[in-house]
Amino acid sequence: MNERRNGLKEKITNNPIWQSMFRHGYEKTGRRYTLQVLQNVWLHLHPPRVTRHAINFRFTWCMGGITFLMFLVTAVTGVLLMFYYRPTAEYAFRDIQYLEFDIPFGMLLRNMHRWAAHGMVIAVMLHMFRVFLTGSYKKPREFNWGVGVILLLVTFFLSFTGYLLPWDQLAFWAVTVGTNMARATPVLGHEGPFHPQDIVTQSNDVRFALLGGTIVGPSTLLRFYILHCVAVPLLASVLMALHFWRVRKDGGISGPL
Amino acid sequence: MEHFLELVTKPDNVPIVAIVLLLPLFTWLAFSQGRRNDRAGTPAEAALNDKVYCWPYLCRNEFLCAIIIMLVLGIWSITIDAPLEEPSDPTKTPNPSKAPWYFLALQEMLVYFDPWIAGVVLPGLIIAGLIAIPYIDINPRGKGYYTLKERPFALITFCFGFFVLWIVLMVVGTFLRGPGWNFFAPWKEWDPHKVVPLTNVNLSYLFGIRNEQPAGIFGLCAVAGYFALGPIYYFLKRGTSKFLQELGLVRYIVVSFLLLTMMALPIKMILRWTLNIKYIWVSPWFNI
Ligand code: HEM
Repeated sequence: MNERRNGLKEKITNNPIWQSMFRHGYEKTGRRYTLQVLQNVWLHLHPPRVTRHAINFRFTWCMGGITFLMFLVTAVTGVLLMFYYRPTAEYAFRDIQYLEFDIPFGMLLRNMHRWAAHGMVIAVMLHMFRVFLTGSYKKPREFNWGVGVILLLVTFFLSFTGYLLPWDQLAFWAVTVGTNMARATPVLGHEGPFHPQDIVTQSNDVRFALLGGTIVGPSTLLRFYILHCVAVPLLASVLMALHFWRVRKDGGISGPL
Repeated sequence: MEHFLELVTKPDNVPIVAIVLLLPLFTWLAFSQGRRNDRAGTPAEAALNDKVYCWPYLCRNEFLCAIIIMLVLGIWSITIDAPLEEPSDPTKTPNPSKAPWYFLALQEMLVYFDPWIAGVVLPGLIIAGLIAIPYIDINPRGKGYYTLKERPFALITFCFGFFVLWIVLMVVGTFLRGPGWNFFAPWKEWDPHKVVPLTNVNLSYLFGIRNEQPAGIFGLCAVAGYFALGPIYYFLKRGTSKFLQELGLVRYIVVSFLLLTMMALPIKMILRWTLNIKYIWVSPWFNI
């Protein structure tokens, strides 16, 4: 069997056409494997080697990686969506309709963006669950767990700011309900306990800062658009870089030893 | 029934259905591995502690995983369309109005607590509490492998919060709340005119205290007692135990505060269902 395979390999590679395309063979050595990740900008986040249990699906469930993959999918599809979408009360809804009905694969694009966003929330919940169950937050990973908790919030906020953008009834009221609670912030909300009377009002409390108005309106749309497309993704990227860096600096994926 | 089915098949609720199906699977995976590790004495993960090259072994798994997930996402995106309702209209309030699904446990808490607690203080404490976990869990065992036996307290507490206070509340908020945020069992018709008699009373009232000021003081005592008595009693009884000595006073206070805050939600829920309690503590500035 092995001989037959080697013979076949010989036939495929030992001819002028193959050799004109590939300058040298692929040596299966540790040096080669190490350089493969060290010399590749996309792979260099990996250490050269990891413990065997860490690559087991049953240990990490791959959920951190899936979260990141979902983030990448939303980034790519999101940029494409931005070509067709204008964040104003006049156009937002129509642009989504136009996207769905008139743009080739527009509906698919929108679906992928939305379901990847939901997928990211699911995956990040499961990732946190796994990290807890394996006790991976314990020393020396305390800080990275904290970074993770912030990433969880950022993920929610990314999804939430995006929820408003279609500017339909679903979006409008979900965000109205979601932001209504900010009224009740102690001290800083105009209906919260201990807010300074006549100083913190409906038109200058935290909710106003979030919405750019006293109700969800055109300026909310613009605010959420900028938060959703620029500010929060940037923050998420920075935090993810920190998160991945710490995974390595803390000694790679946690293990019993 | 028809409303329930409509909610379950709503495209935006697919993630919850997915979670409800995925979580038991992953919980079973983790717990069966934990049980096996506990029985064997040494975790299976320890036997796999030799090093392998990331390329190709880890990268291969990552690529494989990415391909499978992209396939799932592709099929999901082809078969189910993202929802688009009518254009937004500030004058037409849907009933019920629901936040996105991952916030529905918070919205569900609004039934039991005023918005400043349910919407601001409790979420803040959840975040702070989550970040605090590594610093207050001083148990050095169960790091980097699945186990049940070696950290029962941590597991029970976290799983209670995760499953009961998050997932279950989220599912209730999504599927079982209808007009007026009233509870409707899956087989019930939604009745937009359902009126639930508001017979809720404050705790002080049950104890026969009707005047404002004594009631306020009573409430303060009830809340302070809730947070203080248990921890103080336990500390006096077991304060010299080796575990509490290692934990230290500050950690002990933080742990008991967070734990009691977490339990305040189910306690208040039960008080509401059984005794129709509205507030524990009514003060001129806020109500709890
Ligand atoms: C945007 C969100 C997040 C991304 C993209 C992400 C990504 C990752 C990745 C790729 C890993 C490598 C191991 C694995 O896949 O399980 C990892 C590990 C880790 N993550 Fe996250 N994560 C996120 C959120 C979180 C959250 C919410 C937490 C906890 C609250 C968390 C805590 C950790 C910890 C402690 C580790 C080290 C685990 C170990 O060594 O076993 N991360 N993360």
